[in-house]
Amino acid sequence: MVLTGAEIVIRCLQEEKVEYVFGYPGGAVLYIYDALFNQDKVRHILVRHEQAAVHAADGFARSTEQVGVALVTSGPGATNAVTGIATAYCDSIPLVIISGQVPTAAIGQDAFQEVDTVGITRPCVKHNFLVKDVRDIASTIKKAFYLAKSGRPGPVLVDIPKDVSMHKCEFEYPKEISMRSYNPVVKGHQGQIRKAVQLLLEAKRPMIYTGGGVVLANAAEQLTKLTRLLGFPITNTLMGLGGYPASDRQYLGMPGMHGTYEANMAMHYSDVLLAVGARFDDRVIGNPAHFAEEPRKIIHVDIDPSSISKRVKVDVPIVGDLKEVLEEMIRQLEAGAARPNPEVVGAWWKQVDEWRSRDCMKYKNSSEIIKPQFVIQKLWEVTGGDAIVTSDVGQHQMWASQYYRFDKPRRWLNSGGLGTMGVGLPYAMGAQLAHPDRQVACVTGEASIQMNIQELSTCKQFRLPIKICNLNNRYLGMVRQWQQLFHGERYSESYMDSLPDFAKLAEAYGHVGLKIERPSDVEGALREAFARKNDLVFLDFQIDQTENVYPMVQGGKGLTEMILSAEDL
Amino acid sequence: MRHVISLLIENESGALSRVSGLFSARGYNIESLTVAPTEDASMSRMTIVTTGSDDIIEQITKQLNKLVEVVKVVDISEAAHIERELMLVKVRATGKDREEMKRMSEIFRARIIDVTEASYVVELTGNQSKLDAFINAIDPALILETVRSGVCGVGRGDRILKL
Repeated sequence: MVLTGAEIVIRCLQEEKVEYVFGYPGGAVLYIYDALFNQDKVRHILVRHEQAAVHAADGFARSTEQVGVALVTSGPGATNAVTGIATAYCDSIPLVIISGQVPTAAIGQDAFQEVDTVGITRPCVKHNFLVKDVRDIASTIKKAFYLAKSGRPGPVLVDIPKDVSMHKCEFEYPKEISMRSYNPVVKGHQGQIRKAVQLLLEAKRPMIYTGGGVVLANAAEQLTKLTRLLGFPITNTLMGLGGYPASDRQYLGMPGMHGTYEANMAMHYSDVLLAVGARFDDRVIGNPAHFAEEPRKIIHVDIDPSSISKRVKVDVPIVGDLKEVLEEMIRQLEAGAARPNPEVVGAWWKQVDEWRSRDCMKYKNSSEIIKPQFVIQKLWEVTGGDAIVTSDVGQHQMWASQYYRFDKPRRWLNSGGLGTMGVGLPYAMGAQLAHPDRQVACVTGEASIQMNIQELSTCKQFRLPIKICNLNNRYLGMVRQWQQLFHGERYSESYMDSLPDFAKLAEAYGHVGLKIERPSDVEGALREAFARKNDLVFLDFQIDQTENVYPMVQGGKGLTEMILSAEDL
Repeated sequence: MRHVISLLIENESGALSRVSGLFSARGYNIESLTVAPTEDASMSRMTIVTTGSDDIIEQITKQLNKLVEVVKVVDISEAAHIERELMLVKVRATGKDREEMKRMSEIFRARIIDVTEASYVVELTGNQSKLDAFINAIDPALILETVRSGVCGVGRGDRILKL
């Protein structure tokens, strides 16, 4: 069948069973938009800014097991998308971004709306392509989807010049794709796995540390089974929340800069650390030199060999798909009679429970002023702990990760790697479209939400009943916290002056807006919001301006040097 | 430590900038980089001379392997290998310097490949130190220009980098 390049693009998306494309039209993609118009399988979601298109596709991907797709035009369309692409790259999210490009004859001529999109995005994509011939579109898109979701997932960009989308050729979608230069390892090395299991069985102070890889590999079930089989304490990073049930006794909470006392102490003083799909980020282990002070054996399971021994030296590296490797570990454990010595592990648990008894997450509630932690706790109660919670970046993000207990994966969507303000609302849009019957809450702050607030308009158009919980402290809270603690209380430009009335703003977009000023109104407002099943409700919580995120490990310090509360200062 | 990393990469536009971009983005050092297609026109071979600790070299090879277009990576300096570099030197050659320059070329097994009344172009191949030695051996005032290719290298004997 002879089709135009644009029609081929749409047919490829149909072949990949893409339900939603998030995008914004423009000159260079007009043929593709024309091809979209003539079909009804792929639904287009018109955002109000290309950054939000990519974030929404990203939120869709994070909340499902599918590849998110965004479509943007050349020049400013593509540059607006870059923040979204970089965000997905840092968190290894499978995306395909299709960008328009000026006609091939105009490339390099400084044409209207021309940028070197492939050049600009090269450092922040898993791979990218410039398609110069209409006959290459189908195979390139097939490759893009394959690359995006296989191995360590990531965003892949396909740049298509306008004339290429207009030219015609015979369409055939390739069934298989093979690339001689790209063969991700799936099966973990048997001998290494045996070595790892042996180390785990002999451990005196074992600890399991897992990250976003567990969620991406859909390995939460295997992780839970292995952890229970071993009986060891476990921690999930910010990206890994929900990888293991947070309400389980073996779970110690999140590690790192704003992790729990018990998780950080157990990480630091463990003698065998099993790292699964986690990359020893600076926000997790602090200073690697401090982390290396305590001798311990590290087993590191990761799909990406370059993540192993990057920041800390690893004793047993295992490259492979986490699900397969964990299954093999379980199989070996179940096949052998050996189990960890209950007495030895019991003694370690005694120590861990002692650390846990510090109750580092306690905070002083108030009947006068709304505490942010209280809002999140109530959000958790009202949603029964099963909502999809997106967050922006800042103090509210940390409170959401600390006080909402995630028992299942793909319930917590946030920008962990790049730390992008403005992701919360578009993530919620992607998640709500993917799960129309689920509760979706966006926890944000007055500064973050304003970075993509125009998307309230998209939410109106597509009737997305998201509940936005704005923890409004009239400050760039995390910046203010650092200025208070490390910059002599000089609050340089962290104050948000001239804020809009968010409730009225939401109403102006045709949504429901609520302003909540008293602690006694928090729960009622949340219940009312979630009872409004068809409405987007913007809850503007006026919270305590001075509240800080604790516990805290200062940047560059070791995990044991924690500030547990304001009294520690 | 100095390392010589050889890699096979798909012969596609943009592949070189992916490699050089990787080095600049991650703060790795490139001492020299040479690249040309192989006997299989769909593939290019690159030789990168770089320096770094063992940990850094390990990261460099891992990160290179991660690039989708990179087919194979080896650190050929891990074992016996041969390195060659090409240098062209244009020198002033008048009066007694003319004979002297010819003699020096013979000693270094270089070839004079262009002759004018006032100058020679001398072609020299060898490892870096041999080329450096030639430059140091001749009168610096006579050097009009030099151009060097960067290192290309191959493992000795059975060590073969091929698909």
